[in-house]
Amino acid sequence: MGRRLDPTNKVKRGPGKKAKKQQGAETELAKFITDGFTDENSKWLKPSKRKRKIDEAESEDDSDEHWEETEEEEEEEEEQQQQQQKQKQKKKAGKDQGKNNEKSEVKMEEVDDDDDDDEEMVDDYGAPDDGSADDALLPIERAAKKEQKMKETMGLESDDDDDDDDDEEEEEEEEKDDEDEDADMDEDDAVQANIEEIDKFKLPVADETEREGILPLDLKTIHQRIKDNIDVLCNFSTKREEGKERAEYISLLKRDLCTYYSYNTFLIEKLIDLFPLSELVDFLEANEIHRPVTIRTNTLKTRRRDLAQALINRGVNLDPLGKWSKVGLVIYDSSVPIGATPEYLAGQYMLQGASSFLPVMALSPQEGELVLDMSCAPGGKTSYIAQLMRNTGMIVANDANAERLKSVVGNIHRLGVTNTVVCNYDGRQFPKVMGGFDRVLLDAPCSGTGVIAKDPAVKTSKDEADIQRSAHLQKELLLSAIDSVNAESPSGGYLVYCTCSIMVEENEWVVDYALKKRNVKLVPTGLDFGKEGFTRFKERRFHPSLKLSRRFYPHSHNMDGFFVAKLKKFSNVIPTTPFMIVNVSCHTNCFSANIDEEDSEAPEATAATQSPPVKPSKSDKISKTVPGKAGSAKEKAQHNGTAAKEKAKIKPKGKKNSTTGPKQAKIAKMDPETVKGAEAKKPTVKTTEETETSKAGKKTGSRFEKKQGKKTKSHLKGKKRMGKNKFKKLKKMLQKSE
Amino acid sequence: MRPLTDEETKIMFEKLSKYIGENIKLLVDRPDGTYCFRLHNDRVYYMSEKILKLATNVSRDKLVSVGTCFGKFTKTNKFRLHITALDFLAPYAKFKVWVKPGAEQSFLYGNHVLKSGLGRITENTMQYQGVVVYSMADMPLGFGVAAKSTQECRRMDPMSIVVFHQADVGEFIRNEDTLT
Repeated sequence: MGRRLDPTNKVKRGPGKKAKKQQGAETELAKFITDGFTDENSKWLKPSKRKRKIDEAESEDDSDEHWEETEEEEEEEEEQQQQQQKQKQKKKAGKDQGKNNEKSEVKMEEVDDDDDDDEEMVDDYGAPDDGSADDALLPIERAAKKEQKMKETMGLESDDDDDDDDDEEEEEEEEKDDEDEDADMDEDDAVQANIEEIDKFKLPVADETEREGILPLDLKTIHQRIKDNIDVLCNFSTKREEGKERAEYISLLKRDLCTYYSYNTFLIEKLIDLFPLSELVDFLEANEIHRPVTIRTNTLKTRRRDLAQALINRGVNLDPLGKWSKVGLVIYDSSVPIGATPEYLAGQYMLQGASSFLPVMALSPQEGELVLDMSCAPGGKTSYIAQLMRNTGMIVANDANAERLKSVVGNIHRLGVTNTVVCNYDGRQFPKVMGGFDRVLLDAPCSGTGVIAKDPAVKTSKDEADIQRSAHLQKELLLSAIDSVNAESPSGGYLVYCTCSIMVEENEWVVDYALKKRNVKLVPTGLDFGKEGFTRFKERRFHPSLKLSRRFYPHSHNMDGFFVAKLKKFSNVIPTTPFMIVNVSCHTNCFSANIDEEDSEAPEATAATQSPPVKPSKSDKISKTVPGKAGSAKEKAQHNGTAAKEKAKIKPKGKKNSTTGPKQAKIAKMDPETVKGAEAKKPTVKTTEETETSKAGKKTGSRFEKKQGKKTKSHLKGKKRMGKNKFKKLKKMLQKSE
Repeated sequence: MRPLTDEETKIMFEKLSKYIGENIKLLVDRPDGTYCFRLHNDRVYYMSEKILKLATNVSRDKLVSVGTCFGKFTKTNKFRLHITALDFLAPYAKFKVWVKPGAEQSFLYGNHVLKSGLGRITENTMQYQGVVVYSMADMPLGFGVAAKSTQECRRMDPMSIVVFHQADVGEFIRNEDTLT
């Protein structure tokens, strides 16, 4: 209580500071309220709001006269202000007012039903009668009272405003006037009207929406409109307006969501595709507030119990994160900065989002393994991996951004991780630098649509091109990651792909792409909560095993949006395209260095079966050609395998097939079926075996690839050309084989 | 990445022995394998031999860090021990200093330890002896150099310095950039 309640009442005070202090509530109120406050006389406990309205309705005339009569400057100014306000309100004739109208009427009904004594009921601060009350109240209280009265008069007169053709807010007015009309009608029908039934949501007419764009709308109105719109869309058959298509409602909803939550249209469209309408608003609301701060105990240095105790002693309010984590703690509030406590500096915990625990839990690295973290900054997941491995084994922590690597180094040293090598490569170079990892974690760079709460700039800065670019990079990284895993690892062969995005293009689509391109399969992540990944989305269809991946959302799991998928590589062989032409030319015993090249063209690859790798004795060279249907100028020839000692009959055919690109394409185009037929003659098993062995051979020598690759390329180039005579021979052979 | 030359090894071991004395051999011959020191970009890294093998695959300009960084050689070939070595110094430290809770924060900000903040100090600490600084809860905070011997410390006035600050864990936040 900072002000005197009755300025006119001068109280004699004694000297000194304490006398000047405002006395407690009871003493102050006792001066006004003559009746005692007792439990018997408990009517003073009832809210005075109702009383006010009734009073004001009754004393409307009085106060109006009073208002006009006064000549105090303050009141005049307020009058003007209020008049302006009321004019604005009049124009709006807002839903609010309509509702207020209803509310007040409803309340009035309630009041009528009550049998309390209005006369005895005491208003705020107990001014017993309105005339003197106006004097006793402060100017601002008087103004508020008058506003209330004006609102009521406006509400009662709203019917008169129907014909008001104010250009500016015509659309809203029409909409709300319709509602008011409805409201009035319904009130006539039934006294005990349900407020929700009264409001029929009407779509604005096209012209008015244009005008809407010019003027800034009241956010409350938009919010209400969103809610109503969604309500209609959920019960479309019952609540729709005649003649209006669903698409119109949805387009209005999109516009409103963009305005209210400040997203760009692209993102809103994507979100509408992803979420059912009931969840959509929850998701958008969840993105407005931050997720709770979480920390991860560093079990290399302490235990969660001890850490929790130490932090509580410092004044931190925390709780274990959940059943699913043994090392997580959630911080509710803290009197000390949680990122600077001595425990933090000693490396006993790390600030990390809850969703970042999940991919490492899914990866579950074992002690003594060789693990790669391809995109590791700022080092939270890397250190979690290290603590799960108890500082045994080896971790390679890589990131493409040198600046962010500093934080990785800092965190690693602070947390006492000793088994890590930190390097600064582009992730796509990976199998060349080092391969044969037991487990790989790829937390791919993404559009960040799951962490909008942390970075609101994402709302407006992302568009189609960004998503496509991210998706492309993620696909490349994922293939490199897969190639870096050693499928024959005794304890591993696993890869976890995760992103902090909720877009299907960056998540399921990328994993599906990898499934087609490599010998990997999805396995359960081991996370028993979270939504399953999509197996189909709009026009796309994904592999059914995609439902083993997991999606996490801010509004349902209270952690950042996340996607986690765990893949197991079952063979080190890299599958090639189906339009493969077996070729034997034994002069090169090269390893293929062109792993990357084979990826792009053919969408389908003959996945090698899970048979154990055939011994290298039977390996052949296989030249792969671009399928005719691709018709591209790029020609990829891949020659694999160690020394070829296969049957001689294949040889001539092989030679015929070792053509240059265009010629091969021509042949393929001319007689695609015959070419395929020629292949089909050879047992398909053999071809796969050949690919397997060649790949197996290649894999073991992966570290020497660079050197050998160079040899082979130049060597092969010499061999690719075929003379004209041979071409004719080839044709004849093909025709013969038909 | 290259092994340390004899010169460099000598300088570094001298520095280390100030803090841990002859326990240096415990650093090299560990039960879980042999560990070694390597030099990369003027910094000394301590790693096990297994990681060494792995790290040789990484090209020199792309390698950022291996194992644990102990410190760096300055331009004038002096060895400066970094806070990142604390985990290895603390268990083998010969001379320790405990600071009172009130002085903890001050030390973590990079200030020297005053007599008023001194809790305990190991007996027989020589002047200018390397010491490891602990909090009263036995948590290592950093290391420094004793300004006075233990006997002198007893007789000093409260505002004088007893331990010169060399490195503290607060540097993980203050000097994150210089760790690499």
